Amino acid sequence: MHGLINRSVQCFLRDAYGSETWSEISRAAGLGFDNFEALLGYEDDLTDRVLAAASDRLAKPVEVLMEDLGTYVIATPGFDHLRRLLRFGGASFVDFLHSLDDLEDRVRLAVPELSLPRLAVQDFDADRLTLCCRFERPGWGHVVVGVLRAMADDYGALVVIDHRGDGAGADLITVEILDTGFAQGKSFALGVSAA
Amino acid sequence: MPGSDNSAALSCSDLDRLMPMHLTVSPAGIITRAAPTLAKLMPSHELVGRAFLDVIEPFRPRNIRTLSDLRKAADGPLHLRFREAPTTTFKGLAVPIAAEGGLLVNLSFGIAVADAVRDHQLNGADFAHTDLTVEMLYLIEAKTAVMNESRNLNIRLQSARVAAEEQAYTDTLTGLKNRRAMDHILCRLIGTGARFALMHLDLDYFKDVNDTLGHAAGDHVLQVVAKVLVEETRNADTVARVGGDEFVLLFDRQVTPHKLRRIAERIIEQLENPVAFEGHTCRISGSVGITMSTLYPDPSAEQMLADADAALYASKHRGRACVTLVTELDGRAGKVTGQKRRSA
Repeated sequence: MHGLINRSVQCFLRDAYGSETWSEISRAAGLGFDNFEALLGYEDDLTDRVLAAASDRLAKPVEVLMEDLGTYVIATPGFDHLRRLLRFGGASFVDFLHSLDDLEDRVRLAVPELSLPRLAVQDFDADRLTLCCRFERPGWGHVVVGVLRAMADDYGALVVIDHRGDGAGADLITVEILDTGFAQGKSFALGVSAA
Repeated sequence: MPGSDNSAALSCSDLDRLMPMHLTVSPAGIITRAAPTLAKLMPSHELVGRAFLDVIEPFRPRNIRTLSDLRKAADGPLHLRFREAPTTTFKGLAVPIAAEGGLLVNLSFGIAVADAVRDHQLNGADFAHTDLTVEMLYLIEAKTAVMNESRNLNIRLQSARVAAEEQAYTDTLTGLKNRRAMDHILCRLIGTGARFALMHLDLDYFKDVNDTLGHAAGDHVLQVVAKVLVEETRNADTVARVGGDEFVLLFDRQVTPHKLRRIAERIIEQLENPVAFEGHTCRISGSVGITMSTLYPDPSAEQMLADADAALYASKHRGRACVTLVTELDGRAGKVTGQKRRSA
Protein backbone atom coordinates (compact mmCIF):
# COMPACT_ATOMS: atom_id res chain seq x y z
CA MET A 1 0.00 0.00 0.00
CA HIS A 2 1.23 3.44 -0.85
CA GLY A 3 3.02 5.48 1.81
CA LEU A 4 0.42 8.24 1.51
CA ILE A 5 -2.23 5.84 2.77
CA ASN A 6 -0.03 4.37 5.48
CA ARG A 7 1.09 7.80 6.57
CA SER A 8 -2.56 8.88 6.82
CA VAL A 9 -3.34 5.85 8.99
CA GLN A 10 -0.38 6.72 11.20
CA CYS A 11 -1.30 10.42 11.52
CA PHE A 12 -4.91 9.51 12.27
CA LEU A 13 -4.02 7.05 15.04
CA ARG A 14 -1.38 9.38 16.46
CA ASP A 15 -3.59 12.49 16.46
CA ALA A 16 -6.70 10.71 17.70
CA TYR A 17 -5.13 8.46 20.34
CA GLY A 18 -1.68 9.93 21.12
CA SER A 19 1.92 9.22 20.11
CA GLU A 20 2.35 6.69 22.89
CA THR A 21 -0.58 4.63 21.63
CA TRP A 22 0.64 4.87 18.05
CA SER A 23 4.04 3.54 19.12
CA GLU A 24 2.39 0.63 20.89
CA ILE A 25 0.31 -0.13 17.80
CA SER A 26 3.30 0.05 15.47
CA ARG A 27 5.22 -2.30 17.78
CA ALA A 28 2.28 -4.69 18.04
CA ALA A 29 2.00 -4.69 14.25
CA GLY A 30 5.72 -5.53 14.07
CA LEU A 31 6.55 -2.61 11.80
CA GLY A 32 10.11 -2.23 13.08
CA PHE A 33 9.84 1.53 12.60
CA ASP A 34 7.69 4.32 13.92
CA ASN A 35 7.18 6.49 10.87
CA PHE A 36 5.77 5.73 7.43
CA GLU A 37 7.25 7.80 4.62
CA ALA A 38 4.49 9.33 2.52
CA LEU A 39 6.31 8.84 -0.78
CA LEU A 40 7.55 5.27 -0.41
CA GLY A 41 5.71 2.06 -1.15
CA TYR A 42 5.00 -0.61 1.49
CA GLU A 43 3.83 -4.20 1.50
CA ASP A 44 0.03 -4.39 1.46
CA ASP A 45 -0.25 -6.53 4.55
CA LEU A 46 1.58 -3.91 6.64
CA THR A 47 -1.48 -1.68 6.53
CA ASP A 48 -3.76 -4.59 7.42
CA ARG A 49 -1.52 -5.45 10.37
CA VAL A 50 -1.54 -1.85 11.63
CA LEU A 51 -5.33 -1.64 11.41
CA ALA A 52 -5.76 -5.00 13.14
CA ALA A 53 -3.33 -3.99 15.89
CA ALA A 54 -5.14 -0.66 16.31
CA SER A 55 -8.49 -2.46 16.53
CA ASP A 56 -7.05 -4.73 19.24
CA ARG A 57 -5.39 -1.99 21.23
CA LEU A 58 -8.36 0.40 21.06
CA ALA A 59 -11.05 -2.28 21.34
CA LYS A 60 -12.90 -0.84 18.34
CA PRO A 61 -14.07 -2.65 15.22
CA VAL A 62 -11.76 -2.08 12.22
CA GLU A 63 -14.75 -0.73 10.22
CA VAL A 64 -15.31 2.04 12.76
CA LEU A 65 -11.65 3.00 12.75
CA MET A 66 -11.63 3.07 8.95
CA GLU A 67 -14.63 5.34 8.77
CA ASP A 68 -13.02 7.66 11.32
CA LEU A 69 -9.88 7.61 9.20
CA GLY A 70 -11.90 8.76 6.17
CA THR A 71 -13.37 11.66 8.11
CA TYR A 72 -9.99 12.53 9.60
CA VAL A 73 -8.19 12.94 6.26
CA ILE A 74 -10.81 15.44 5.07
CA ALA A 75 -11.64 17.35 8.21
CA THR A 76 -8.13 17.73 9.68
CA PRO A 77 -6.52 21.10 8.94
CA GLY A 78 -3.12 19.49 8.26
CA PHE A 79 -4.65 17.54 5.39
CA ASP A 80 -6.25 20.57 3.75
CA HIS A 81 -4.66 19.82 0.37
CA LEU A 82 -6.67 16.58 0.11
CA ARG A 83 -9.95 18.34 0.88
CA ARG A 84 -9.08 21.01 -1.65
CA LEU A 85 -8.13 18.52 -4.36
CA LEU A 86 -11.49 16.80 -3.90
CA ARG A 87 -13.34 20.11 -3.97
CA PHE A 88 -11.96 20.65 -7.47
CA GLY A 89 -14.37 17.88 -8.46
CA GLY A 90 -17.41 20.12 -8.51
CA ALA A 91 -19.10 23.26 -7.29
CA SER A 92 -21.85 21.37 -5.44
CA PHE A 93 -21.91 18.17 -3.42
CA VAL A 94 -23.91 16.46 -6.16
CA ASP A 95 -21.35 17.55 -8.80
CA PHE A 96 -18.67 16.27 -6.48
CA LEU A 97 -20.34 12.85 -6.14
CA HIS A 98 -20.55 12.52 -9.91
CA SER A 99 -16.90 13.57 -10.26
CA LEU A 100 -15.89 10.50 -8.22
CA ASP A 101 -16.08 8.57 -11.49
CA ASP A 102 -12.97 10.52 -12.56
CA LEU A 103 -11.18 10.18 -9.25
CA GLU A 104 -8.86 7.49 -10.52
CA ASP A 105 -7.69 9.63 -13.45
CA ARG A 106 -7.29 12.68 -11.24
CA VAL A 107 -5.23 10.74 -8.72
CA ARG A 108 -3.08 9.33 -11.50
CA LEU A 109 -2.26 12.85 -12.65
CA ALA A 110 -1.03 13.74 -9.18
CA VAL A 111 0.66 10.56 -7.93
CA PRO A 112 0.85 7.95 -10.70
CA GLU A 113 1.76 5.04 -8.42
CA LEU A 114 -0.99 5.66 -5.85
CA SER A 115 -3.80 3.16 -6.10
CA LEU A 116 -7.05 4.10 -4.35
CA PRO A 117 -10.49 2.47 -4.16
CA ARG A 118 -12.19 2.71 -7.58
CA LEU A 119 -15.55 4.41 -7.37
CA ALA A 120 -18.34 4.24 -9.93
CA VAL A 121 -21.66 6.04 -9.74
CA GLN A 122 -24.18 3.29 -10.45
CA ASP A 123 -27.67 4.63 -10.38
CA PHE A 124 -28.89 8.01 -9.43
CA ASP A 125 -31.82 10.36 -9.43
CA ALA A 126 -32.11 13.88 -8.12
CA ASP A 127 -31.62 13.08 -4.44
CA ARG A 128 -30.18 9.61 -4.24
CA LEU A 129 -27.27 7.78 -5.77
CA THR A 130 -25.32 4.58 -5.28
CA LEU A 131 -21.56 4.34 -5.51
CA CYS A 132 -19.84 1.06 -6.15
CA CYS A 133 -16.43 0.86 -4.49
CA ARG A 134 -13.83 -1.75 -5.42
CA PHE A 135 -10.38 -2.17 -3.93
CA GLU A 136 -7.85 -4.96 -3.65
CA ARG A 137 -8.06 -4.85 0.16
CA PRO A 138 -11.32 -5.36 2.02
CA GLY A 139 -12.96 -2.74 4.18
CA TRP A 140 -11.92 0.39 2.36
CA GLY A 141 -15.53 1.21 1.54
CA HIS A 142 -15.75 2.32 5.17
CA VAL A 143 -12.99 4.85 4.60
CA VAL A 144 -14.92 6.13 1.57
CA VAL A 145 -18.02 6.52 3.77
CA GLY A 146 -16.00 8.62 6.22
CA VAL A 147 -14.65 10.74 3.37
CA LEU A 148 -18.16 11.28 1.94
CA ARG A 149 -19.57 12.29 5.33
CA ALA A 150 -16.79 14.84 5.82
CA MET A 151 -17.14 16.16 2.26
CA ALA A 152 -20.91 16.57 2.71
CA ASP A 153 -20.15 18.70 5.77
CA ASP A 154 -17.59 20.59 3.77
CA TYR A 155 -20.18 21.44 1.13
CA GLY A 156 -22.84 22.10 3.74
CA ALA A 157 -25.08 19.28 2.44
CA LEU A 158 -27.31 17.17 4.67
CA VAL A 159 -27.08 13.54 3.60
CA VAL A 160 -27.77 10.02 4.82
CA ILE A 161 -25.07 7.54 3.87
CA ASP A 162 -25.62 3.83 3.95
CA HIS A 163 -23.04 1.12 3.41
CA ARG A 164 -23.46 -2.53 2.48
CA GLY A 165 -21.54 -5.23 0.68
CA ASP A 166 -22.71 -6.39 -2.73
CA GLY A 167 -21.79 -9.96 -1.87
CA ALA A 168 -19.14 -10.04 -4.61
CA GLY A 169 -16.28 -8.22 -2.90
CA ALA A 170 -17.38 -4.67 -3.71
CA ASP A 171 -18.92 -2.14 -1.34
CA LEU A 172 -22.16 -0.38 -2.24
CA ILE A 173 -22.58 3.05 -0.74
CA THR A 174 -25.92 4.79 -1.00
CA VAL A 175 -26.06 8.53 -0.54
CA GLU A 176 -29.42 10.16 0.05
CA ILE A 177 -29.33 13.91 -0.30
CA LEU A 178 -31.84 15.59 2.01
CA ASP A 179 -30.72 19.18 1.61
CA THR A 180 -27.85 20.58 -0.45
CA GLY A 181 -27.85 23.94 1.31
CA PHE A 182 -28.34 22.66 4.85
CA ALA A 183 -25.38 24.51 6.30
CA GLN A 184 -22.88 27.14 5.24
CA GLY A 185 -20.13 24.65 4.43
CA LYS A 186 -16.47 25.52 4.16
CA SER A 187 -15.28 28.07 1.66
CA PHE A 188 -13.37 26.93 -1.35
CA ALA A 189 -11.51 29.34 -3.61
CA LEU A 190 -9.76 27.98 -6.68
CA GLY A 191 -6.70 30.08 -6.00
CA VAL A 192 -4.62 29.33 -2.91
CA SER A 193 -3.41 32.33 -0.99
CA ALA A 194 0.36 32.29 -0.76
CA ALA A 195 1.05 30.59 2.56
CA MET B 1 -22.11 41.95 -44.10
CA PRO B 2 -19.23 39.83 -45.40
CA GLY B 3 -17.20 38.01 -42.80
CA SER B 4 -19.89 38.29 -40.18
CA ASP B 5 -22.10 35.40 -41.35
CA ASN B 6 -20.89 33.06 -38.64
CA SER B 7 -20.78 35.48 -35.76
CA ALA B 8 -24.26 36.60 -36.64
CA ALA B 9 -25.42 33.12 -35.75
CA LEU B 10 -23.95 33.43 -32.25
CA SER B 11 -25.59 35.60 -29.67
CA CYS B 12 -23.49 37.65 -27.29
CA SER B 13 -24.35 35.30 -24.44
CA ASP B 14 -23.21 32.33 -26.57
CA LEU B 15 -19.90 34.09 -27.15
CA ASP B 16 -19.61 34.81 -23.42
CA ARG B 17 -20.10 31.15 -22.60
CA LEU B 18 -17.56 30.04 -25.18
CA MET B 19 -15.05 32.78 -24.45
CA PRO B 20 -15.67 34.42 -21.08
CA MET B 21 -12.50 36.49 -21.50
CA HIS B 22 -13.01 38.09 -24.88
CA LEU B 23 -13.70 41.62 -25.91
CA THR B 24 -14.76 43.29 -29.13
CA VAL B 25 -13.21 46.41 -30.54
CA SER B 26 -14.89 48.76 -33.00
CA PRO B 27 -13.13 49.86 -36.22
CA ALA B 28 -12.33 53.08 -34.38
CA GLY B 29 -10.52 51.10 -31.66
CA ILE B 30 -13.14 51.49 -28.94
CA ILE B 31 -14.06 48.52 -26.73
CA THR B 32 -17.67 47.72 -27.50
CA ARG B 33 -18.07 44.69 -25.31
CA ALA B 34 -16.18 42.88 -22.51
CA ALA B 35 -17.12 39.34 -21.58
CA PRO B 36 -17.99 38.76 -17.90
CA THR B 37 -14.73 37.23 -16.59
CA LEU B 38 -12.68 39.96 -18.22
CA ALA B 39 -15.00 42.59 -16.78
CA LYS B 40 -14.50 40.98 -13.35
CA LEU B 41 -10.74 41.54 -13.57
CA MET B 42 -11.16 45.30 -13.55
CA PRO B 43 -14.14 45.84 -11.31
CA SER B 44 -13.38 49.50 -10.68
CA HIS B 45 -13.08 50.46 -14.34
CA GLU B 46 -15.68 50.21 -17.03
CA LEU B 47 -13.94 48.70 -20.04
CA VAL B 48 -16.65 49.34 -22.58
CA GLY B 49 -16.35 52.73 -24.25
CA ARG B 50 -12.61 53.15 -23.68
CA ALA B 51 -9.95 52.89 -26.38
CA PHE B 52 -8.56 49.34 -26.47
CA LEU B 53 -4.94 50.48 -26.66
CA ASP B 54 -5.45 52.85 -23.69
CA VAL B 55 -6.51 49.95 -21.52
CA ILE B 56 -4.37 47.14 -22.85
CA GLU B 57 -0.77 47.20 -23.96
CA PRO B 58 0.32 44.60 -26.50
CA PHE B 59 4.00 43.99 -25.60
CA ARG B 60 4.82 41.15 -27.97
CA PRO B 61 5.18 41.55 -30.88
CA ARG B 62 6.75 44.92 -30.11
CA ASN B 63 5.86 48.30 -31.52
CA ILE B 64 2.10 47.90 -31.72
CA ARG B 65 0.98 51.51 -31.31
CA THR B 66 -2.11 51.81 -33.45
CA LEU B 67 -5.11 49.69 -34.23
CA SER B 68 -3.78 49.16 -37.71
CA ASP B 69 -0.52 47.76 -36.19
CA LEU B 70 -2.71 45.42 -34.15
CA ARG B 71 -4.67 44.32 -37.19
CA LYS B 72 -1.44 43.50 -38.99
CA ALA B 73 -0.16 41.51 -36.02
CA ALA B 74 -3.48 39.77 -35.54
CA ASP B 75 -2.41 36.71 -37.54
CA GLY B 76 0.04 35.63 -34.89
CA PRO B 77 0.09 35.12 -31.12
CA LEU B 78 -0.24 38.23 -28.98
CA HIS B 79 1.10 38.94 -25.50
CA LEU B 80 -0.71 41.72 -23.73
CA ARG B 81 -1.14 43.31 -20.32
CA PHE B 82 -3.36 45.81 -18.58
CA ARG B 83 -1.77 49.24 -18.54
CA GLU B 84 -3.15 49.93 -15.04
CA ALA B 85 -3.04 47.83 -11.89
CA PRO B 86 -3.59 44.94 -11.76
CA THR B 87 -1.04 44.61 -14.55
CA THR B 88 -2.16 41.06 -15.32
CA THR B 89 -0.56 39.60 -18.44
CA PHE B 90 -2.46 37.63 -21.07
CA LYS B 91 -2.01 35.48 -24.10
CA GLY B 92 -4.28 36.73 -26.82
CA LEU B 93 -5.68 35.96 -30.21
CA ALA B 94 -7.39 38.60 -32.36
CA VAL B 95 -9.70 37.93 -35.30
CA PRO B 96 -11.41 40.46 -37.57
CA ILE B 97 -15.17 40.54 -37.07
CA ALA B 98 -16.23 43.10 -39.62
CA ALA B 99 -15.03 44.26 -42.98
CA GLU B 100 -14.58 47.76 -41.58
CA GLY B 101 -11.82 46.53 -39.34
CA GLY B 102 -13.40 45.62 -36.02
CA LEU B 103 -11.64 42.95 -33.91
CA LEU B 104 -12.58 40.23 -31.49
CA VAL B 105 -9.75 39.69 -29.03
CA ASN B 106 -9.86 36.56 -26.91
CA LEU B 107 -7.58 36.47 -23.87
CA SER B 108 -6.26 33.78 -21.53
CA PHE B 109 -3.94 33.88 -18.54
CA GLY B 110 -1.26 31.60 -19.91
CA ILE B 111 1.39 30.44 -17.50
CA ALA B 112 0.50 32.97 -14.78
CA VAL B 113 -2.95 31.40 -14.40
CA ALA B 114 -2.57 30.36 -10.74
CA ASP B 115 -1.61 33.88 -9.63
CA ALA B 116 -4.35 35.46 -11.71
CA VAL B 117 -7.04 33.16 -10.30
CA ARG B 118 -5.88 33.95 -6.79
CA ASP B 119 -5.49 37.70 -7.31
CA HIS B 120 -8.89 38.08 -8.97
CA GLN B 121 -10.68 35.48 -6.82
CA LEU B 122 -12.04 33.66 -9.83
CA ASN B 123 -14.00 30.43 -9.57
CA GLY B 124 -14.91 27.55 -11.84
CA ALA B 125 -17.90 29.37 -13.29
CA ASP B 126 -15.60 32.13 -14.57
CA PHE B 127 -14.10 29.76 -17.12
CA ALA B 128 -15.63 28.01 -20.08
CA HIS B 129 -16.56 24.44 -19.26
CA THR B 130 -14.12 23.28 -21.96
CA ASP B 131 -11.29 25.38 -20.54
CA LEU B 132 -8.59 23.35 -18.77
CA THR B 133 -7.83 26.04 -16.20
CA VAL B 134 -9.46 24.17 -13.34
CA GLU B 135 -7.57 20.99 -14.23
CA MET B 136 -4.41 23.06 -14.45
CA LEU B 137 -4.99 24.49 -10.98
CA TYR B 138 -5.75 21.04 -9.65
CA LEU B 139 -2.45 19.79 -11.07
CA ILE B 140 -0.48 22.71 -9.67
CA GLU B 141 -1.91 22.06 -6.22
CA ALA B 142 -1.39 18.32 -6.40
CA LYS B 143 2.16 18.84 -7.63
CA THR B 144 2.89 21.31 -4.84
CA ALA B 145 1.59 18.92 -2.19
CA VAL B 146 3.67 16.05 -3.58
CA MET B 147 6.76 18.24 -3.94
CA ASN B 148 6.44 19.29 -0.30
CA GLU B 149 6.33 15.66 0.76
CA SER B 150 9.25 14.95 -1.51
CA ARG B 151 11.27 17.79 -0.06
CA ASN B 152 10.56 16.59 3.48
CA LEU B 153 11.60 13.08 2.50
CA ASN B 154 14.84 14.41 1.01
CA ILE B 155 15.60 16.37 4.15
CA ARG B 156 15.03 13.28 6.28
CA LEU B 157 17.16 11.10 3.99
CA GLN B 158 19.92 13.71 4.01
CA SER B 159 19.96 13.83 7.82
CA ALA B 160 19.98 10.05 7.92
CA ARG B 161 22.94 10.01 5.53
CA VAL B 162 24.88 12.53 7.63
CA ALA B 163 24.10 10.53 10.76
CA ALA B 164 25.24 7.32 9.06
CA GLU B 165 28.46 8.99 7.95
CA GLU B 166 29.09 10.22 11.45
CA GLN B 167 28.64 6.72 12.74
CA ALA B 168 30.84 5.18 10.08
CA TYR B 169 34.11 3.59 11.12
CA THR B 170 35.73 3.19 7.72
CA ASP B 171 37.88 5.55 5.70
CA THR B 172 36.20 5.30 2.31
CA LEU B 173 39.35 5.96 0.26
CA THR B 174 41.61 3.31 1.78
CA GLY B 175 39.19 0.95 3.48
CA LEU B 176 41.23 1.37 6.69
CA LYS B 177 39.62 2.35 9.98
CA ASN B 178 39.00 6.07 10.40
CA ARG B 179 39.83 8.44 13.24
CA ARG B 180 36.53 7.73 14.99
CA ALA B 181 37.15 3.98 14.94
CA MET B 182 40.73 4.45 16.18
CA ASP B 183 39.60 6.65 19.09
CA HIS B 184 37.04 4.04 19.97
CA ILE B 185 39.50 1.12 19.90
CA LEU B 186 42.20 3.09 21.73
CA CYS B 187 39.78 3.90 24.55
CA ARG B 188 38.72 0.26 24.73
CA LEU B 189 42.35 -0.93 24.94
CA ILE B 190 43.08 1.57 27.72
CA GLY B 191 39.82 0.73 29.48
CA THR B 192 40.61 -2.99 29.57
CA GLY B 193 44.15 -2.31 30.80
CA ALA B 194 45.66 -3.99 27.72
CA ARG B 195 49.40 -3.86 27.03
CA PHE B 196 49.73 -2.32 23.61
CA ALA B 197 51.83 0.00 21.47
CA LEU B 198 50.70 3.08 19.58
CA MET B 199 52.54 3.95 16.37
CA HIS B 200 52.02 7.29 14.66
CA LEU B 201 53.09 7.30 11.00
CA ASP B 202 53.28 10.37 8.81
CA LEU B 203 54.14 10.06 5.12
CA ASP B 204 57.19 11.98 3.83
CA TYR B 205 57.16 13.70 0.41
CA PHE B 206 53.45 12.88 -0.03
CA LYS B 207 52.63 16.54 -0.57
CA ASP B 208 55.09 16.59 -3.51
CA VAL B 209 53.20 13.72 -5.17
CA ASN B 210 49.89 15.54 -4.72
CA ASP B 211 51.29 18.84 -5.94
CA THR B 212 53.15 17.56 -8.99
CA LEU B 213 50.97 14.63 -10.14
CA GLY B 214 47.58 15.61 -8.77
CA HIS B 215 45.08 14.21 -6.29
CA ALA B 216 44.40 11.07 -8.30
CA ALA B 217 48.07 10.10 -7.91
CA GLY B 218 47.91 11.02 -4.22
CA ASP B 219 44.84 8.85 -3.73
CA HIS B 220 46.52 5.95 -5.47
CA VAL B 221 49.61 6.26 -3.25
CA LEU B 222 47.40 6.29 -0.13
CA GLN B 223 45.76 3.07 -1.29
CA VAL B 224 49.17 1.45 -1.82
CA VAL B 225 50.26 2.64 1.63
CA ALA B 226 47.09 1.16 3.14
CA LYS B 227 47.91 -2.19 1.52
CA VAL B 228 51.48 -2.11 2.91
CA LEU B 229 50.23 -1.30 6.41
CA VAL B 230 47.69 -4.12 6.37
CA GLU B 231 50.30 -6.59 5.09
CA GLU B 232 52.89 -5.60 7.69
CA THR B 233 50.51 -5.93 10.64
CA ARG B 234 48.59 -8.76 12.25
CA ASN B 235 44.82 -9.14 12.08
CA ALA B 236 44.48 -8.19 15.73
CA ASP B 237 46.25 -4.87 15.14
CA THR B 238 44.42 -1.71 14.21
CA VAL B 239 45.42 0.39 11.21
CA ALA B 240 43.66 3.74 10.90
CA ARG B 241 44.01 6.70 8.59
CA VAL B 242 43.49 9.64 10.91
CA GLY B 243 44.30 12.54 8.60
CA GLY B 244 45.33 13.30 5.01
CA ASP B 245 48.62 11.37 5.14
CA GLU B 246 48.67 10.41 8.80
CA PHE B 247 48.12 6.93 10.16
CA VAL B 248 47.85 5.46 13.63
CA LEU B 249 48.60 1.80 14.27
CA LEU B 250 47.67 0.03 17.49
CA PHE B 251 49.53 -3.19 18.35
CA ASP B 252 47.66 -5.26 20.89
CA ARG B 253 49.98 -7.18 23.28
CA GLN B 254 53.12 -5.97 21.56
CA VAL B 255 55.23 -3.68 23.71
CA THR B 256 58.77 -4.89 23.04
CA PRO B 257 60.73 -1.82 21.83
CA HIS B 258 63.10 -3.59 19.45
CA LYS B 259 60.27 -5.57 17.84
CA LEU B 260 58.22 -2.42 17.35
CA ARG B 261 61.23 -0.65 15.87
CA ARG B 262 61.75 -3.54 13.44
CA ILE B 263 58.07 -3.45 12.35
CA ALA B 264 58.30 0.30 11.78
CA GLU B 265 61.52 0.00 9.81
CA ARG B 266 60.03 -2.71 7.64
CA ILE B 267 56.99 -0.52 6.95
CA ILE B 268 59.20 2.44 5.95
CA GLU B 269 61.24 0.15 3.71
CA GLN B 270 58.07 -0.99 1.94
CA LEU B 271 56.76 2.58 1.64
CA GLU B 272 59.95 3.57 -0.14
CA ASN B 273 59.25 1.16 -2.99
CA PRO B 274 58.43 3.37 -5.98
CA VAL B 275 54.74 3.45 -6.93
CA ALA B 276 53.81 3.63 -10.62
CA PHE B 277 50.91 5.87 -11.58
CA GLU B 278 49.92 6.54 -15.19
CA GLY B 279 53.49 6.38 -16.46
CA HIS B 280 54.93 8.39 -13.55
CA THR B 281 56.85 7.12 -10.56
CA CYS B 282 55.82 8.28 -7.13
CA ARG B 283 58.39 8.11 -4.33
CA ILE B 284 57.47 8.61 -0.73
CA SER B 285 58.71 7.51 2.64
CA GLY B 286 57.47 7.74 6.22
CA SER B 287 58.41 8.94 9.68
CA VAL B 288 57.32 7.10 12.78
CA GLY B 289 56.86 7.82 16.48
CA ILE B 290 56.06 5.03 18.93
CA THR B 291 54.82 4.84 22.49
CA MET B 292 53.73 1.92 24.67
CA SER B 293 50.95 1.69 27.24
CA THR B 294 53.39 0.07 29.65
CA LEU B 295 55.25 3.39 29.98
CA TYR B 296 52.32 4.89 31.87
CA PRO B 297 50.94 3.90 35.26
CA ASP B 298 47.61 5.36 34.18
CA PRO B 299 47.66 5.74 30.39
CA SER B 300 45.32 8.15 28.64
CA ALA B 301 44.49 8.28 24.93
CA GLU B 302 45.30 11.98 24.80
CA GLN B 303 48.70 11.54 26.43
CA MET B 304 49.72 8.55 24.34
CA LEU B 305 48.73 10.29 21.10
CA ALA B 306 50.61 13.45 22.14
CA ASP B 307 53.73 11.46 23.05
CA ALA B 308 53.67 9.43 19.81
CA ASP B 309 53.26 12.70 17.97
CA ALA B 310 56.27 14.22 19.76
CA ALA B 311 58.32 11.11 18.86
CA LEU B 312 57.13 11.37 15.25
CA TYR B 313 58.32 14.98 15.05
CA ALA B 314 61.65 13.99 16.46
CA SER B 315 61.88 11.51 13.56
CA LYS B 316 61.01 14.23 11.06
CA HIS B 317 63.59 16.47 12.71
CA ARG B 318 66.25 13.81 12.38
CA GLY B 319 65.85 13.86 8.61
CA ARG B 320 62.74 11.78 7.93
CA ALA B 321 62.39 8.06 7.25
CA CYS B 322 63.31 7.53 10.89
CA VAL B 323 61.74 5.70 13.81
CA THR B 324 61.71 7.25 17.29
CA LEU B 325 60.47 5.68 20.48
CA VAL B 326 59.10 7.97 23.15
CA THR B 327 61.74 6.61 25.50
CA GLU B 328 64.45 8.03 23.26
CA LEU B 329 63.19 11.60 23.31
CA ASP B 330 65.73 14.09 24.65
CA GLY B 331 65.24 14.78 28.30
CA ARG B 332 62.42 12.32 28.45
CA ALA B 333 64.20 9.02 28.24
CA GLY B 334 63.34 7.08 31.32
CA LYS B 335 61.29 9.99 32.60
CA VAL B 336 58.14 8.95 30.89
CA THR B 337 57.97 5.87 33.00
CA GLY B 338 56.27 6.51 36.24
CA GLN B 339 55.33 10.01 35.22
CA LYS B 340 51.71 10.86 35.41
CA ARG B 341 51.52 13.82 33.06
CA ARG B 342 47.83 14.22 33.10
CA SER B 343 48.00 15.55 36.62
CA ALA B 344 50.77 17.99 35.66
